[in-house]
Amino acid sequence: MRRPTPLKNLGRELAGFHGRLKIGAAFVALLAGVLLARGYFLQITQHDYYTGRAENNRISQVPIAPNRGLILDSKGRVLAENYSAYTLEVTRSHIHNLEATLIEVGKLIEITPGQLRRFRRLLSESHEFETVPLKSKLTDEEVAILAANRYRLPGIEVKARLFRNYQAGHGMAHVVGFIGRINDRDLKRLREAGREKNYQGGAHIGKTGLEQSYETLLHGRTGFDQMETDSSGRAVRVLSRIPPVPGKDLRLYLDRDLQEVAEHVFGNYLGGLVALDPNTGGVLALVSKPVFDPNLFVDGIDPETWKSLNESPDRPMVNRVLRGIYPPGSTIKPFMALAGLELGLRKPSDAISDPGYFTLPRSSHQYRDWKKGGHGTVDLGKSIAQSCDVYYYRLAVDMGIDRMHDYLAQFGLGEKTGIDLDGESAGLLPSREWKQRRFKQVWYPGETVIAGIGQGFHLTTPLQLAVATAMIANGGKRIEPRLVQSVRDPLTRAWQAQPVATRLQLEIDPDNLAAVRAGMMAAMQPGGTASRAAAGAPYTIAGKTGTAQVVGIKQGARYDAGSLARKHLDHALFIAYAPAENPTIAIAVMVENGEHGGSTAAPMARAVLDYYLTGKRPGNMNLGAIDATE
Amino acid sequence: MPQNSHWILRRLGHLDGMLLTLVVLLLGVSLAMVASASGQSPARISGHLINIGLALSVMVVMANVPPHILSKVGPPLYVAGVILLIGVALFGEIRNGARRWLNLGFAFQPSELLKLALPLMLAWYFQRNEGGLRGKHFLVGGALLLLPFLLILRQPDLGTALMIGASGFYLLFFAGLPWKVIAGGGMLAGASLPLVWSLMHDYQQRRVLTLLDPTSDPLGDGYHIIQSTIAIGSGGLFGKGWMQGTQNQLDFVPERTTDFIYAVFGEEFGYVGTILLVGLYLAIVARGLVIAARAPTLFGRLMAATLSLNLFTYAFVNIGMVSGILPVVGVPLPLMSYGGTALITLLLGVGIMMSVATHRQLNKT
Repeated sequence: MRRPTPLKNLGRELAGFHGRLKIGAAFVALLAGVLLARGYFLQITQHDYYTGRAENNRISQVPIAPNRGLILDSKGRVLAENYSAYTLEVTRSHIHNLEATLIEVGKLIEITPGQLRRFRRLLSESHEFETVPLKSKLTDEEVAILAANRYRLPGIEVKARLFRNYQAGHGMAHVVGFIGRINDRDLKRLREAGREKNYQGGAHIGKTGLEQSYETLLHGRTGFDQMETDSSGRAVRVLSRIPPVPGKDLRLYLDRDLQEVAEHVFGNYLGGLVALDPNTGGVLALVSKPVFDPNLFVDGIDPETWKSLNESPDRPMVNRVLRGIYPPGSTIKPFMALAGLELGLRKPSDAISDPGYFTLPRSSHQYRDWKKGGHGTVDLGKSIAQSCDVYYYRLAVDMGIDRMHDYLAQFGLGEKTGIDLDGESAGLLPSREWKQRRFKQVWYPGETVIAGIGQGFHLTTPLQLAVATAMIANGGKRIEPRLVQSVRDPLTRAWQAQPVATRLQLEIDPDNLAAVRAGMMAAMQPGGTASRAAAGAPYTIAGKTGTAQVVGIKQGARYDAGSLARKHLDHALFIAYAPAENPTIAIAVMVENGEHGGSTAAPMARAVLDYYLTGKRPGNMNLGAIDATE
Repeated sequence: MPQNSHWILRRLGHLDGMLLTLVVLLLGVSLAMVASASGQSPARISGHLINIGLALSVMVVMANVPPHILSKVGPPLYVAGVILLIGVALFGEIRNGARRWLNLGFAFQPSELLKLALPLMLAWYFQRNEGGLRGKHFLVGGALLLLPFLLILRQPDLGTALMIGASGFYLLFFAGLPWKVIAGGGMLAGASLPLVWSLMHDYQQRRVLTLLDPTSDPLGDGYHIIQSTIAIGSGGLFGKGWMQGTQNQLDFVPERTTDFIYAVFGEEFGYVGTILLVGLYLAIVARGLVIAARAPTLFGRLMAATLSLNLFTYAFVNIGMVSGILPVVGVPLPLMSYGGTALITLLLGVGIMMSVATHRQLNKT
C-alpha cells in the first residue's frame, strides 16, 4: 500500500525522525528530572540526616582506661602498682583459621603450653570480637619479631597494656587481693550498677581483697578520645579528648614489715593472725595461711594452677581472718568474766572450789576441767590466768544462755565486724531462738555449760576476736576494723584520712574492766597459761589463750594417715593487747591444729608485739631473705 | 561553524568543537574526582591521564573516518562480536559465577564490543533499506537485537544486556519502530515481569531486594548503597569541597574511583555539582540530537541520536544506582569513572557523532 515516490517517502521519514528526536529529548529530560529530584531529596531534604550518618561513620569514641590507684602500706611503700608491658592479643573474629595462626605465632615466639591453655580458657569465656591475650610481658625482641610479621597475621596485635604487680609478695594476697579480667558476672554487675561505660577500654576489675572492696576508688574514670576513623576502624586523628581520671591511691594502716614478721612467725601452720590498733580499728597486720601468688591472676590464670589452688584441701584462697569460723574456746572467758561482773552475778573476789569437774543438778554427767584434779580455789583473776573451765561452767549456768547471748553480742561476736573487705563471715553466737529456728529444738542446759567455755555452737572469726579484744583494751569502744587509712586524690595529690567508725560504746564499770584486765595480765605472768610466751617482754601484755576442739572435720580419702592425724589436733588460739597500761595493739591468733594456745599461738603474737612495740625482729628472721623466698 | 576555525580543530580535522568542549570539561572533572577518590594516588592519576589520552586519540581518529566507511564496519564487527559471544558461552572463563570473559591472551569481554557493534549493524541495515522500511525490516532488526541480548543475558550479565538492549531499542525507535509495536512490547514486558523475576539469578534478585530496603543487609549487599547515599546526602547544597569528603577520604565509599565516583562527586560538590553534572550530560545529549537532526544520512541520524541517548542512559543508570533508586549493576559513569575500556568505547561513540557532524556531503553507501 505504501508506494509513494522515494523522495516523498524520505521526507516523511525525516519528519517522523524529527518527531522521534523530540520524544527522545523529552525522555532524556524525564530521566534527568528523576536524577535531580533524587539529588534534591538526598542532598537538600535529607541532608541533616545523612550528615549525622556520615559523622557517625567518621567519629568513634575510643575509651582510654585510667591508671589504677596504687596501694601503699602505712609507710608509703608500694604493695600494688602498675607497669606497662606489651602483650600479644588475638581477636577471634578477625582470624580465619585460629589453629593455623597459633602455629604460625608459635614459630615466631615461644608460647608455652600453660599460656596456650590459659588463652583457650579466656577465649571460651570471651565473645568473638573481644581481644584475648595470648602472651603477656613480651620482650623487646619478641615485639620486634611480631611487628615485622604483623602483615601476615591478621587478628594478631601487639598492644601496650597496664599491668598490676603485687610486689609485696604472696603474704599480702589476702589483704590486697588481686585484679582479673572482667568476666560475664562482673559485666552483669557493672551493668546493673550502670557503670559499664566506665570500664570500656579496660579489661580488668578487682576480684578479691582491697582490689575488690575499693574497686570504685581504685579504678578511676575512663576517658574518651573522639577519633576520626576510616571504614576499617583505623584511627586517622584525634578530634577531641576527655582525659581519664586516674584511680585514687590507698594508704593502709598495715605496716609491711610488721606483716612480714607475722607471716614469718606463723611458719607453715594454717590459720590467721590479725593485729588492730584498738583506738582506730586500723589493721596493722593480717595474715592468713596458706598464701598464694596474686600475680598469677592478673592476666588470667592457667586452668591447672587454678585447679590446684581452688581444690587444695588447705583452701589457700580463703582469707581465714575474716572468713574462717572457729569455736573461740577459752578466749571467750574474759568476756564471760566481764559479763558475770557486769550482770552482778560475780564479784572479782568470789571464789569457787574446782574439783576438776562440774555437774548439773540432777545429772551425773561430768563436765571436765582441762586440768585433771582441778585448779583448787579459783577467783575471777585466777580463772582467766589459768583458764579454769569449771569457774565458767558454773558462771554460764548461773547466767543462762539468754543473758550470755545478749551480753556477748555487744562485743560483736556472731556479727560481721564491718571491715573494709568483702566476704566476711558473721560466725555464730548461739541463742535459744537461733537453735529453735535452726534445728526446731529447745535449748538444753548442757549446751549452756559448754557455751561458757566457748565450745558447742559458738563460731567466731579471728577478726571478731580481735575486735572484742580491742574493746577490753580501749574500754568498750567497738571499732570497725579498717585496712585503709587514707585516700589520695590523683589530681590534688592530697591525702584524705578515712573516717574511723565506731559501732557502739559499751558502758563498763571501770572496776569490773580492771579486774578482767588484771586476769589477762596474770595469764602472761608466771603461773598463767601463756607466761612462757611473755617472758622477758619489756612491756606488759594482757592476753588469753584458747584451745578449740576440732569437730566435724570431713575426712577425705586423699589424706594420708599423718596429715589426717594433724587435722584432728585442736586449734590453738590466743588474744592479747599491749602495752597493758596504754594499749596500742590488739591481736588475735588462730592456728589450725596448733594444739595449745600458750605454746603455739601466743609466741606468734609475742613476736608481732615485740616488733610493733620495740622494733625487735625474731632472732631467726632475715628480712631480706623473705622477699626472695616467698 | 565558528569553533571549527580554531587552529587545533583545523589541524585535527573533523572535530565538533562543542562536543569536544563538553567532553573535555567532563574529563577534567573526572580527573579531579579520580584524584580525590584515589587519595591523590600518582598511579591512578597517571593511569587515568593515559586512558584519557588514548581515548581522545581514538575519538579523533574516529571523527576523521567518514560515516559511509563507518557504516561498512558494522556488519563484520557485529558478526565478530556475536561469534565471540558464542565463544564465551562455549569456552569462556568463569569469574564470580558469570561466564563473561574470553581469554585471548588477555581477558576480553565481547559484550563490550557489542555496545558499538549493535547500533552500527542496525544503522547499516536500516540505511541499506532506506526509503522502504517496512515491518519485516523491524522484525530483522529486532532479531539482530535479540541475538546478542540473549547471549549476554545468559552469561549472566543483566546490566550489560539491558544497556545493549536499550541501545538497540533506541535505534529501532529512531528508525521508526511503529508505536503499536512499542506499546505492545511494553505491555508484554510488563506482563512477563514475574516470569523474568523467577528466571533471575539469586544475586540479581538480592540486588533488587537490597535496593528496595538497603538496611536489610547493611554490611553486605546494602553496604554500598547505604554508604554512597550517606556520602551524597551529607554533601548538601554546596558539598564538602574537593578532597574534603569524609565518606570518600576515610574509605567508606566503595569502588569510588570507578562505579561509585558519583558518590564522591555528590559528597564534595553537593546538589549544585549534581545540577552542573547532569547539565553537562544534557548538553552532550542536546548537541548529539542536533547533530542527528542535521545529519545528511539515515545512518548518521540513527547513530548520533542513539549514541546520545545511550550515553545519557548510562549516566542515568549509574547515578540512579549510586543514589539508591536503581539496583547495583556494574555500569560506570560515562566520561567520569576510572577505567580504560569504557572510556574508549564511549569516546569511540563520541568520535562517530563527530564524524557524522562534520561529514556533511551525501555519500552513497
